[in-house]
Amino acid sequence: MSGAPSGPVPPDPVLSVRDLRIGVGRGNELLHGVSFDILPGETYGLVGESGSGKSITGLSVMGLLKRPLQVTGGSVVFRGQDVLTLGRRARRKLRGDRMAMVFQEPMTALNPLATVGRQIAEMFVIHRGMDWSQARRKAVEALESVRVPAPEERARSYPHQLSGGMRQRVMIAIALACRPDLLIADEPTTALDVTVQAGVLELIAELCNAEGTAVLLVSHDLGVIANMCRRVGVMDRGRLVEEQDTRALFENPLHPYTRGLLAARPRLGSRMPAGRGRLTELDEVVTGEERGREAPTLTTPRGLRLEAGA
Amino acid sequence: MLRFILRRMLQMIPTLLAVVLIIFVIFSVVPGSFITSLMSEGRNVMNADVLAHLNEQFGLDKPLPVRLWDYLWGLAHFDLGISYRTRSPVWDVIEPRLWPSVKLALAAMGFAAVVGIPLGFLAALKPGSLFDTGTMMMAVSGLSLPEFWFGLLLMYVFALHLGLLPSFGYQAGSIRYIILPAVALGVSPMALLARTTRAGVLDVMNADFVRTARAKGLSEPRLVRTHVTRNVLVLVLTTLGLQVGSLMGQAIVIEKLFSWPGIGSLLVDSVSTRDIPVVQGTVIVIVLWFLVINMLVDVAYAAIDPRIKVT
Amino acid sequence: MRVRFNFALGLVLALLVIAAAISAGWIAPYDPIFDADLMNSEMPPSWAHWLGTDGQGRDVLSRILYGARVSLTVGLVSQLINSCIGTALGVSAGYFGGWWDDLVNGLTNVMLAIPSLVFALAIMAVLGPGLPSLLIALGLTNWSWTCRIARSSTLSLKNQGFVQAARTAGFGDTNIMRTQILPNILGPVLVIATLGIGGAVLAEAALSFLGVGIRPPQPSWGNMLTDARELIRTAPWASIFPGLAIFITVLGFNLLGDGLRDMLDPHMRTRRT
Repeated sequence: MSGAPSGPVPPDPVLSVRDLRIGVGRGNELLHGVSFDILPGETYGLVGESGSGKSITGLSVMGLLKRPLQVTGGSVVFRGQDVLTLGRRARRKLRGDRMAMVFQEPMTALNPLATVGRQIAEMFVIHRGMDWSQARRKAVEALESVRVPAPEERARSYPHQLSGGMRQRVMIAIALACRPDLLIADEPTTALDVTVQAGVLELIAELCNAEGTAVLLVSHDLGVIANMCRRVGVMDRGRLVEEQDTRALFENPLHPYTRGLLAARPRLGSRMPAGRGRLTELDEVVTGEERGREAPTLTTPRGLRLEAGA
Repeated sequence: MLRFILRRMLQMIPTLLAVVLIIFVIFSVVPGSFITSLMSEGRNVMNADVLAHLNEQFGLDKPLPVRLWDYLWGLAHFDLGISYRTRSPVWDVIEPRLWPSVKLALAAMGFAAVVGIPLGFLAALKPGSLFDTGTMMMAVSGLSLPEFWFGLLLMYVFALHLGLLPSFGYQAGSIRYIILPAVALGVSPMALLARTTRAGVLDVMNADFVRTARAKGLSEPRLVRTHVTRNVLVLVLTTLGLQVGSLMGQAIVIEKLFSWPGIGSLLVDSVSTRDIPVVQGTVIVIVLWFLVINMLVDVAYAAIDPRIKVT
Repeated sequence: MRVRFNFALGLVLALLVIAAAISAGWIAPYDPIFDADLMNSEMPPSWAHWLGTDGQGRDVLSRILYGARVSLTVGLVSQLINSCIGTALGVSAGYFGGWWDDLVNGLTNVMLAIPSLVFALAIMAVLGPGLPSLLIALGLTNWSWTCRIARSSTLSLKNQGFVQAARTAGFGDTNIMRTQILPNILGPVLVIATLGIGGAVLAEAALSFLGVGIRPPQPSWGNMLTDARELIRTAPWASIFPGLAIFITVLGFNLLGDGLRDMLDPHMRTRRT
């Protein structure tokens, strides 16, 4: 039968996570069944506090969970294949090639004893079968694409000779070298200077748009999420509690936790006393039943007693 | 790089001076000197004149600071003094003993490295396994073993019982004589190297950049080969160097046990005969060895690790 | 899991040796010095002599039990001295800094450059053989690592704000060192001290073996090996058992020290998983 389909067919998601559970040992569950989809070329954000489980979600997609953490249930379908059912070798082949990850600490994420150029070139040697001289040339090109000045010189430098922002650009170059279908960025700018953050984020957005790479952006920073993502998932203590288009989320948060999270943002013009400890505003807005919290920690000398409430 | 080496060599001098000072002071308060120990052995009944003459001959009648200054002055001219016992220059007594000690130290270290480092490596790649536990138990045992007892046992088994290897003596150029003492001396460093290598590999395997390498899709063997090994080497190098540096001191007992004509046995002999100049000279040589090895380790570090600035 | 096993085994061995030392007077079947029956010398292990007899007809077992007293005394006392010196120097160097710190550092470097056995040998040559000299020699030469650890722990504690907080609250210097810093560095110092006991026992054995430590006929595991060395062909048991005693003692304290270190260091716990 001929005839065009009645409407636009939604593309198959690049990543489809269903009911993912992650636990430690027996009976200790960290992720209680998380489900979300990422469409091709889309930038999807995962936001939440530390400990909400957003990082381990990303790691489990890549297959980089460290013992004793392990996936205890659910499926992770990447380009139509449940990667959790694949053998180690097959999974490894996908890493770096079809799915890539950028981490939070550019300082320590690169091998201190190898030049930056070599670490990028390695991608081409392993995944594209090039020889080293070819790969090195491609590495210089990669440095150019992430806007590192004087790429040929830089390729011969060591990681400790580069600034944090440049190191992160190198990480991005490595991650996108083989033009993967999915890039997972775990707090890519948290460890960077504020002045550098915008540039790196822009770079990610531009490059991924150009290649149609989907991005899973994990962050606790609402500003980053707001700028980069089309859709957002909110995580709280191992559960995905809300998922909406970014704009809609900010304008009309549905879940109490999301509301609390948004309310805890420092607002322009408000006079908030500087203090240590957790987000106290969150406490006022979200009740204890809806979430628990730990006491703040302070350093006191031994033998000195603090009055409660002092 | 040359300036680096030069600077480190200059830094050795104050330490060396302090050591000389300490040793000198310690031995100046010796209640019995060489002379009086001759007397007490009952060889001659010396009268006061002969005693005074001997004291003068050896310069022992001068006050302490003068003696110290004379000694230091001599050191600056590479003159270590005269042996009380043989009346020949101390250096002549020490010099033929140097090479045997160095040989023994290097052989022991070679054994320790060749066995210990791979063991530690393999143990770390399978942490918690039977191999790992077994290796680490063996390492702790190796560190707890009195090496002279172990040497004695080796002697018993291999030399006396099986007759395979000679139990004492030294023959330049022959390998048979060095095997037992080298193994006995090398057990303890081997155990330490196994443990340090294992800890180093575990540290590196848990490092962020290894996680990045995995994220890049590297296979484990390739990862270990290209990213882990060099980083571990940097960590292990310190231990290796320290061990070589201190082996000269630890070799004392082994040398005595196996009648190995090295610096260690010289030290023991000259201590029992109270031949102070030789004792001082030997200690200086041992300390110098330690300092030089340390400096070489630093140089090697600077060569391997690009993070170290070599100015 | 393996951590606690190390600690437990080490504790058992150490206690065994301590018990042997304490009870030597009661349970040793023979006098270690005077029960010398030359007719019965170099006898292999038998019901009369569980571990055999040495070259002078003395019971090896009894000598080993009494030897435990020597080894443990040397080990524990010299380590105590080491820890006191090292802690005092290290904490004060880290706390006050300045020229005192430089001085202590320089001294530590010099001490580390001289191999401890060599140093002890030299001191023993001056002081003469015997237990008191051993205690002094070993006590004065092995404090360097304790000093280093104490100093670096003090420095990191200083940076954590404890010290600042206490100062602003009006506490005095000695008070701070006593109440804030000392309790926190006790752990690492204890670990080094325990491991050092093993080292001291080995050193005593080596020095006695060389003839400059404990002199015969006073039994020490080290000098038992000197005598036994002559008899290696005819009476190998005289060499095996004293050395075994040294090995078990040092192993016990090493395992104990390792176990302590693993228990105290939070990093180790996470890494083992």
